[in-house]
Amino acid sequence: MIDIGLGHYLTLGAIIFTIGIVGIFLNRKNVIVILMSIELILLSVNINFVSFSIFLNDLTGQIFTLFILTVAAAEAAIGLAIIVVYYRNSGTIRVEEIDKLKG
Amino acid sequence: MIAHSIFFFIFSFVAIIAAVMVTVSKNTVHSVFFLILDFISVSCLFIMIGAEFLGMMMLIVYVGAVAVLFLFVVMMLNVAQQNNPLINSDENFSHIPVGLIISLIIFFELIIVIGGWKFKPDLVTSASLLVDQNVTNTHSIGSVLYTDYIHVFQLSGMILLVAMIGAIVLTFRHRPGLKRQSYFDQISRERVDAVQLIDVERNKGVKIDD
Repeated sequence: MIDIGLGHYLTLGAIIFTIGIVGIFLNRKNVIVILMSIELILLSVNINFVSFSIFLNDLTGQIFTLFILTVAAAEAAIGLAIIVVYYRNSGTIRVEEIDKLKG
Repeated sequence: MIAHSIFFFIFSFVAIIAAVMVTVSKNTVHSVFFLILDFISVSCLFIMIGAEFLGMMMLIVYVGAVAVLFLFVVMMLNVAQQNNPLINSDENFSHIPVGLIISLIIFFELIIVIGGWKFKPDLVTSASLLVDQNVTNTHSIGSVLYTDYIHVFQLSGMILLVAMIGAIVLTFRHRPGLKRQSYFDQISRERVDAVQLIDVERNKGVKIDD
């Protein structure tokens, strides 16, 4: 059995990060799934920080992960509040129908 | 060591499959549930690797708070009725290859970074906060978090406060028909406005007819 090292954890983080990017690009349903993809990206960043912190024997990565957790929770709350307000005003949260900025 | 690698592969496989299902699944509620599964498996990985405090924190913050928040919003917005057949009929898939190409480029860039790390392991050797092996993970985090990182810790509290106020202000809606408490009117009410003393004549009875 192969030994699990730093590279395995970093590869897992890279795969989850890429899945999050794909989820943002290919999303056609609603904005909530885009927010969930952002959460996936933050999760992969957390995996990277924690694995480096463990394998380098340095505690700073775990402290930083704690603050990333805080910011992710705040971001999710604000994003969902914005989505609720947008749904109340326009009646839809489909990605294709949100085109008020003519993007 | 064998058990470690077996559990690593199981949890990472579950995490990757759940992450794919978050983006792929048709139902948004299923996406939220797969997100919860993803967080649980990654927190199991954290606990396995030795960061127990962060693993438990992931469970509490993400599964207990953020995912439930997502579920509430999905429930309130009624996204199941968002399926507009007029738009579903002429779906074009022209954006999919561009997105896949960009994400593959990002993935291979990350793999190149990991490969460089493998070839030169002594790239960064300056560990600033060495972990003491004699105390637990939670103990060592707590001894650092409230001393060296106290300002950042309080700033993160400020971020949470601003996020809470922002969410309340964003979603607050004034309804005209609603009866609300007016604290200023209640407090500024005086005795003269409310109480009236009347001298009643005694031993004469009451005339109701007038």
